[in-house]
Amino acid sequence: MNPTLQHAIFGRLSLDSIPYHEPILVGTFVGVAIGGLVVLSAITYFGAWGYLWKEWFTSVDHKRIGVMYIVLAIVMLLRGFADALMMRLQQALGSDGGQGYLPAHHFDQIFTAHGVIMIFFVAMPLVTGLFNVVMPLQIGARDVSFPFLNSFSFWMTVAGAVLTMISLFVGEYARTGWLSYPPLSEAAYSADVGVDYYIWGLQIAGIGTLLSGINMICTIIKMRAPGMTLMRMPVFVWTTLCANVLIVAAFPILTAVLALLALDRYLGMNFFSNDFGGNPMMYVNLIWIWGHPEVYILILPAFGVFSEVTATFTGKRLFGYTSMVYATIVITLLSYIVWLHHFFTMGSGASVNSFFGITTMIISIPTGAKMFNWLFTMYRGRIRFELPMMWTVAFMLTFVIGGMSGVMLAVPPADFVLHNSLFLIAHFHNVIIGGVVFGMFAGIAYWFPKAFGFRLDPFWGKMSFWFWVVGFYFAFMPLYVLGFMGVTRRLRVIDDPTVHIWFVVAAFGAVLILFGILSFIVQIAVSIKNREKLRDLTGDPWNGRTLEWSTSSPPPAYNFAFTPVVHDIDAWWDMKQHGYVRPLTGFKPIHMPKNTPVGLILAVLATAFGFGMIWHIWWLAIGGFAAAIATGIAHTFNYHRDYYIPADEVLRKETERTRLLSAKA
Amino acid sequence: MSALTHTIAPGSRTPTYYVADEHAHAPGGSTYIGFWIYVMSDCLIFASLFATYGVLGGNYAAGPAPKDIFELPIVAVNTTMLLLSSITYGFAMLAMERNKVSATLGWLAVTALFGAAFVGIELHEFAGLIHEGATPQRSAFLSSFFTLVGTHGLHVTSGLVWMVVLMAQVASKGLVEANKRRLLCLSMFWHFLDVVWIGVFTFVYLLGVLR
Repeated sequence: MNPTLQHAIFGRLSLDSIPYHEPILVGTFVGVAIGGLVVLSAITYFGAWGYLWKEWFTSVDHKRIGVMYIVLAIVMLLRGFADALMMRLQQALGSDGGQGYLPAHHFDQIFTAHGVIMIFFVAMPLVTGLFNVVMPLQIGARDVSFPFLNSFSFWMTVAGAVLTMISLFVGEYARTGWLSYPPLSEAAYSADVGVDYYIWGLQIAGIGTLLSGINMICTIIKMRAPGMTLMRMPVFVWTTLCANVLIVAAFPILTAVLALLALDRYLGMNFFSNDFGGNPMMYVNLIWIWGHPEVYILILPAFGVFSEVTATFTGKRLFGYTSMVYATIVITLLSYIVWLHHFFTMGSGASVNSFFGITTMIISIPTGAKMFNWLFTMYRGRIRFELPMMWTVAFMLTFVIGGMSGVMLAVPPADFVLHNSLFLIAHFHNVIIGGVVFGMFAGIAYWFPKAFGFRLDPFWGKMSFWFWVVGFYFAFMPLYVLGFMGVTRRLRVIDDPTVHIWFVVAAFGAVLILFGILSFIVQIAVSIKNREKLRDLTGDPWNGRTLEWSTSSPPPAYNFAFTPVVHDIDAWWDMKQHGYVRPLTGFKPIHMPKNTPVGLILAVLATAFGFGMIWHIWWLAIGGFAAAIATGIAHTFNYHRDYYIPADEVLRKETERTRLLSAKA
Repeated sequence: MSALTHTIAPGSRTPTYYVADEHAHAPGGSTYIGFWIYVMSDCLIFASLFATYGVLGGNYAAGPAPKDIFELPIVAVNTTMLLLSSITYGFAMLAMERNKVSATLGWLAVTALFGAAFVGIELHEFAGLIHEGATPQRSAFLSSFFTLVGTHGLHVTSGLVWMVVLMAQVASKGLVEANKRRLLCLSMFWHFLDVVWIGVFTFVYLLGVLR
């Protein structure tokens, strides 16, 4: 074909962009293709497409959207963890005098993709999923403030994940590390599509995250049940509020800085280049002004989960509710004035480094207060060691270790030694796995019965728990040691064979974590198979304290037949204590939003736009963008977005629940 | 503390735990605060761009400096266009309050013309700069200048698209509740862009030629 014409149609894309000469990628592709075919044909065989489309893909129900977020996170966890295993194997093989099995350009893509996927497409969808499933129920609302926006946000996150996954088989991913520092990420040093996949995957997913953040804040401010003052909100709602304030205040900075990097790469501007007055440290500053709040966006919701779980499973009111709330707010504020601790070695001088070192250390005070609050809640409580509580105890032990290594890194002179070493890697995995991941597993085990109406199988849950916890210590404690020995991060080959044994131990730990993940998946499969045995008819399987446990499991589309009135922090506990009687009659029609496929369509168009931008296929980029704008505008001409659930149907649903409740009794 | 956590004494008779006589809420109750929060997040994008301009704005790389290329008279005309458009948008809102459809549409049209004039003059200014060789690629100062001012211009342009769509919707559906809500959101957006422009005018243009 004529090269000009080919370039006009396909941009930079050609057959050479498909990595068919890389056996690992071809093998992965065959595996993914077979797996995908099996899933697609199973859906077709069971005739589930219509059901999935009507009840899930086009749904604006916050509970359904939340579940889809968590499914997305689990799928992406498998990808991100496969990357982790490959890195551990490479470093174990590459520290014994050999070269390992991964070529440098592949290894560099893997550590970048691992970081990006785990933060943006595993941890973020997990917390957003829990916000969606739980928060509206906890405040006694029937949906979020902007249900359509919620569906749109979810599908934009999926679009970002899809673009990131496409890079595995079409072209390559960034080889820059998860924050794509310039000048390495500039066109001069990374001319291929890797960084462009990074930029557009994150920009598109970022729109979803920002809009979802606005949605959650509005929901909490405007849609709380009567009587639920701010100081009567469950702690998870508080942490949701603070995390989403952080999202709204941090993600625009990420959007801006990635846009500037894109301008450098696409239009040859000079923001972060080495020439013409560009300043790469400007990028590093801006991206960490987003990046540091980001870690609190992830950990605060986990703190909320632990607060709910601890109170429920000790059968006591949470100790120090007020201090818990203020600790959350203080962490929210402090998280904005610590970003420079990510680059003490930039050379900003002793005064600046001291300021940021001290603010960083101060964060351990409110966090410590939280830790003591959980301990005092447990003190003299009648603790039930169900799965969520086990994760909570493991968190308390593990997170404190990670927090202490964090305080060490906050001391600038110590940081000059430990900077960029495996000690740092050990530290942040220690807090992210020990905090966020354990918290999300606690949350999933705790709220799964609410979302689906049956509990998770405890045996496989405990298998998963022990493999994860033990595996974590085997995988990351060696990295602390290696960091002290001076091993830097992101090394493909380590020349000193005396450190080999530590990498072998770390790889062994990663295999244990693999069993933890597999056990988790088996747990879900076994629970679905045994769902009748694990069924919960009461809607309150743990003897819970907050409003989500007052309705049925799974809750009806309208959540609450009547809007609850709140008199206490532990609203449902208070209702149970005072002999609350469920209303059986007098139902009214309930106003609800209609389902719509527009969010999904917009996300498909955004994916096309992103793909066009990445490969310089300009007709696709312009067409996708214009079509998305046109679809968005067309959607605003639809003035009938809601409907009423008739009172008869509410009555029918509530009578059915009455029957189930009495059958149980 | 007890006042905070308990409004009923233990053992007293069962209080009300649900709203029996509930009225459906009008849709859009959260729209204003939601849109306001969105505008504040947009403000942070501008804050990042201002900060970038603040850091890189003096890096001319032996290329042109602000006083070599900025022509204050044309920027003053431009600023006037945008400020006038804010005033006329205010008149559109007053007409909307009195439920006068044609007056509302008329003032919106005037606003859109002023907005289009602003964008047109800005494009003219950019074209002149590029023609003189002061391109966005020339130096970090020019990269950050074009990006900050251009991002504002893009916002005004999307505001114009939104305004045209809203005019079509007001013309076809009248001043229904949903349309009034949308007009008020666009009003917030439009005045916000005005405020940002005051910042651009002051920090980029005025202080630029003083430097």
